[in-house]
Formats: sequence, structure tokens, C-alpha cells
Amino acid sequence: MSAFSSLTSRMAPMPGSNIDTDQIIPASYLKVTDKEGLGQGLFANWRYDESGAPRPDFILNRPEYSQARILVAGDNFGSGSSREHAAWALQEHGFEVVISTRFADIFQANSAKNGLLTATVEGSDHGRLMQLAQDTPAAEITVDLEQKLIAVPEMGSMPFEVDPFVRHCLLNGVDQLGFLLESQDAIEAYEGQHPQRVRTFISLSAEQ
Amino acid sequence: MADLQPKTLFDKLWDSHLVAAPGEDGLPGILYIDLHLLHEVTSPQAFSELARRGLPVRCPSRTLATMDHSTPTTDGVTLEKLRILDSAGADQLEQLARNCDAHGIPLYALGDDRQGIVHVMAPELGLTQPGMTVVCGDSHTSTHGAFGALAFGIGTSEVGHVLAAQSLLQKRPKTLEIRVDGSLSVAVTAKDVVLEIIRRIGVDGGTGHVIEYTGETIRRLDMEGRMTICNMSIEAGAKAGMIAPDEITIDYLRDRPFAPTGREWDAAVEKWRTLPSDPGAHFDRQVALDASDLQPMVTYGTNPGMAVPVSGTIPEPADHKEPRAAEQALRYMDLQPGEPLMGSAIDVVFIGSCTNGRLSDLRQAAHILQGRQVAPDVQMLVVPGSQAVKRQAELEGLHEIFLAAGAEWRSPGCSMCLALNTDRVQSGHYAISTTNRNFEGRQGAGSRTFLASPLTAAASAVAGAIADPREIL
Repeated sequence: MSAFSSLTSRMAPMPGSNIDTDQIIPASYLKVTDKEGLGQGLFANWRYDESGAPRPDFILNRPEYSQARILVAGDNFGSGSSREHAAWALQEHGFEVVISTRFADIFQANSAKNGLLTATVEGSDHGRLMQLAQDTPAAEITVDLEQKLIAVPEMGSMPFEVDPFVRHCLLNGVDQLGFLLESQDAIEAYEGQHPQRVRTFISLSAEQ
Repeated sequence: MADLQPKTLFDKLWDSHLVAAPGEDGLPGILYIDLHLLHEVTSPQAFSELARRGLPVRCPSRTLATMDHSTPTTDGVTLEKLRILDSAGADQLEQLARNCDAHGIPLYALGDDRQGIVHVMAPELGLTQPGMTVVCGDSHTSTHGAFGALAFGIGTSEVGHVLAAQSLLQKRPKTLEIRVDGSLSVAVTAKDVVLEIIRRIGVDGGTGHVIEYTGETIRRLDMEGRMTICNMSIEAGAKAGMIAPDEITIDYLRDRPFAPTGREWDAAVEKWRTLPSDPGAHFDRQVALDASDLQPMVTYGTNPGMAVPVSGTIPEPADHKEPRAAEQALRYMDLQPGEPLMGSAIDVVFIGSCTNGRLSDLRQAAHILQGRQVAPDVQMLVVPGSQAVKRQAELEGLHEIFLAAGAEWRSPGCSMCLALNTDRVQSGHYAISTTNRNFEGRQGAGSRTFLASPLTAAASAVAGAIADPREIL
């Protein structure tokens, strides 16, 4: 995973509370065995009409937002399904940061594993960012992960929250699976002390 | 001294599964996973990641796979036939079979008599047991918490972590006790209880928390009702939902294929009896609910928290805690505030899913449909949660009741709950479903979903519109 320290970009506003992962990427895009092309499915039910043509009024179809790499999303973003395809689709589309007041747990965990920063801000700051993104599409903000600050033109800086371990991993490009596997000895020791109670083979071998 | 402090069910499971405790500096703990369930949609990229890194699967004997999401529900559709109907779905199923074969993971494939929706299949085989940690790349893994297990959904990266390390990096979640007391009225079921809970605490009311459901209403529910409640914990945003094991849990597990036997059974039961929360154990939050006045519940909006009693009217968006979201939901659903929900026309009735696709759910629906007809122009699909549910339902003749009523009797799978196979609700059509999510487009692009219990869904099938099951029972 590549490291992330700061990003300066336009914002795409996505107001509305509880945008669930079925909206971020509908189930019909989940029938894949790799991650390629998922960006096409990002917000597909809102982004395309029934014939598959882009809806010109949808935020991501508007040229002034096409370069935005920061998504400012409504409260409780990413609720529902555990599909990691949501994080993959956001990233393939070009988003590197999502800002909201609250994120659903699984979406947030999935984002962290892929280097997609989920930055949690206070409601009032969130409202100001959303307004700015809607009123001034060309406005650029800087998300500084080292300082945990968002610099906003003419508004100064606002703090954001991020899990300290996730921040450490993002800043240093730490791969979480690699980190976990460093504890193999401890895992083995645990297994030695805790006998396995259920074996998924048992009923198979009983039949043989 | 720490051992003398009263502990919650969650505390006991968390503490006993820590390979390493979380650090003071925000370093996550390492939680050991007893049982890892796999299905075809969220696992392929995890296996690819293992292959890329040259890693083996650490514990194939703690891992089990089934096919459920992309599977056809029409009888006799083999993998070969599916290739013609749905080649992408067939690719996923074949990929899962190849991955399981390569790593020695048991797989209940299409055609296997143990195949079923992962959260129906594993409990009924006795794989899910009290005191275990259970994960799956599926948010409804919370279902297994009904057994007093710590069970939660994970993403595909974490599926890879568990395949490689049988463990997960975890922060300690907070605890939330939801206590439900009072006797349920006629035709009020576990589904109605959980819809009321979500309405009450909100779709993010449980975020960051593990819920323990307590109280006499919960204690009186059978295991299938308890699974329905725990299943929808994620719809309140919770990491997991749990119910302490008791005699009902023990009776359910006795003689199941994977349950321990003989002296091992006795030892297991003795251990399970130590799991319930100690008196005076501390929860970070507590919510209490009186269920005695509860009515059958139906959702009107586009998230599971937007629910009202079936006899109620559609609320004004201004009265909702998120007025804009409620307004958008009513626009999507094309419903008017102030109107009664009862009598709203429906096109499709779906009985099934990991929430309500078990035998008791089918029995309830059949009870309503016995001697009655599904309304003209209404399509009704009954999809059993597993092959075992299907076999037992057929032994009891439930399928004949459904077929005589004009419903379709299908083969097990997730089916129309998320429309990943070819079972879909058409754009603009209304479905009443016993499932867990009424999100925009969940049952097919443009589909509109009312969530309800099997009783309410079946009563609505007869009426051709949302109906109160109490008027028909």
C-alpha cells in the first residue's frame, strides 16, 4: 500500500444521510472475481439513466467535479452491506479521501485496508465544507494527515478524526496483513492453549 | 482483582479470544477467529491476494464455504446451465470451487444437500456454537450472535487476513444492552421487534457497538426468532448482536451434525452455562423497550429505520429525525405522507433470506396461505433458506400450500433479497419482502421494497396490498 500524507483537491459534494453501500455500488456490479472496472459502477443507479446514459445533473457527471479526489459525504456514509467493492469503486474513480461526520464500521475498516482515508469532522465544519463544495466547485482544500487538519481557503483549518493505527498505516504505507502476520508466533501460542472445538471437516469425514 | 469484576457476555468472548490485547497507544488487538464462513461474492479477491503473496490458508478446518448469493433458485439449474443464463454468476461459483479445492476447504456447492444461505446453513448444522468467534464476508454474519457467539461481517481484505492468520486486528467495540420486556401480541414476531428497535435507535444507533439483547421477550423467542433479531443488528449499524445461551440454545444444538457428543457435549454445555452476562456487568449504553403494545411493523421508506405499525399512516418527513432523507425516500417510494400504509398496492411478495427464510418463517406464511389465493397480478416467491429447510418444508407439505395458493416454490439462495441472481423486482414495482434492506434499488434497479414479517407479507399477498395479518388469522 502506498503512503498518504496530504492531498490538495477539489471536493465532490454528496449530501444525504445514510448513503448505503448498495448506492455506492449496486449488487449487479458485484459479479466479478477481481477489482478491475468497479469505478464504472460507482453510484451507478444515480449516475446513469435506465438506458445506461449518464444523467447530466448527477454530481459526478458534472465537468466541474470530474477532477475531485475528495468526496464530502452525508452523515453515516457507507452503511449496509460489507462489500469492499464500495471502497474499490471510490478509489478507481479517483477518490482518495472521504469526509463525513460518521462512517459505518465495516465501510471504514474496508477503506483503511485500501488506503482510502475516511476523515471524520464535526457537524458544523461538515456543513461548511458541503456548502463550499456545492457553491464553489473550483475550491480546493488540503487534507493533511500528519497534522489531522483540513485547510480551507478563507475559512482557516478544521480538525478531523482518524483512528491512530489507521493514520500510522496510511502515513507509513504499512500493509495491515503484513503487520498481522508479524504476530504469527503469538497466534500459534494461542492455538496451542485453546483446543479447536469445531472442525469443518468432521461431518465430511464421518460420511466417508 | 480484574477477574472479580462482573463481565458481559461480550467481555467474556472478547477476553477469551485475544491473541494480543489492544495497546494504550491505539494499537489494535489481535482477535482469534474460531469459524470462518465463505461465499462466492466476497472471497475471490481475498484468495487472489493470498496467491499474490504466496500465503497458505492457515486453518482450512476452521473454514467452510457455501454458494448462495449468485445461485439460481429455479429447480434443476446446474452450473452448466447457469453458464448460459448468467455467465458472470457461474464464473464466481466456479472460482469459489477452484479456490476451495486448491486450499482444502470444505465447500457445500450447488446441488449439495447441505447448501444454503450461509447464515441459515451454518447454524442448522450446529457449526455456530456459544462462545465462538465467527466471521464471514457478509454483513448479516451478526445472525450467529443468536447462539451467544461473537459474530460479525468483514470486508474482503479481512477475509484474506482470516484466511492467512485466522485472526483479525480489532479495536475493542463498545457494548449496548437492548432490553425487551413484555408479551408479544398475536401476529407480532421477532421481525416486528427488531424493526421497532431499529426505528427507535436509528440506522446508525449501534455504530461502534456490540448489542446484547436481553429481557423476557428475547428469552421467550425460539432460536429462529433470535436469529432474525441478531441478523438485523447491522441495520442499526451495530458491529454485532448477541443473545446469551440458555436451555433453548442448548436444546437447539443437541444432536446437530457438528455439535459435540458424549462427554464433549457435557463439557461444552457446562462451559456455555458460564457465558451469560454476570449480574451487575457494565454496558456502555442501555436501551429498554416494552414490546407488549407492539404491532406488526412495515417499512415505508428506503432504510430499515423508516418503519411504522401496519395500521399506521406514513409519517410527515418533517417529523423524521432526518427530514431530507425521509422526503427523498417518499419520493423514491412514490408514497404520500398522511396516507395509511395499509391498502398500498404491491406487485411482488418475497418470502425468504437470511432474516426470514427458515422453517418457522415458511410455516407462518403457509398458515396464512392455507386455503387462500395470492391476489391476481401479484407474483409471490417463496425461497427456503437452505436445502435442509426445503426438505423439511416439503415433508410438512408447506410447498403444496404455497403452490396451491399460486406462489412459486424455489430452491435455496439469497435470491430476490439483493437480486444478484436473476430474481428481480422490476423498476417502479412494489415488493413486500421478509428481507432486511429496503434500500433504493436493492431488489433490482428502481425496485421499491416494504420490509415486513412473513405473516404480514403473506397476508399482503392475499390482499394484493399491504394488509394486517391480525385481520386474517
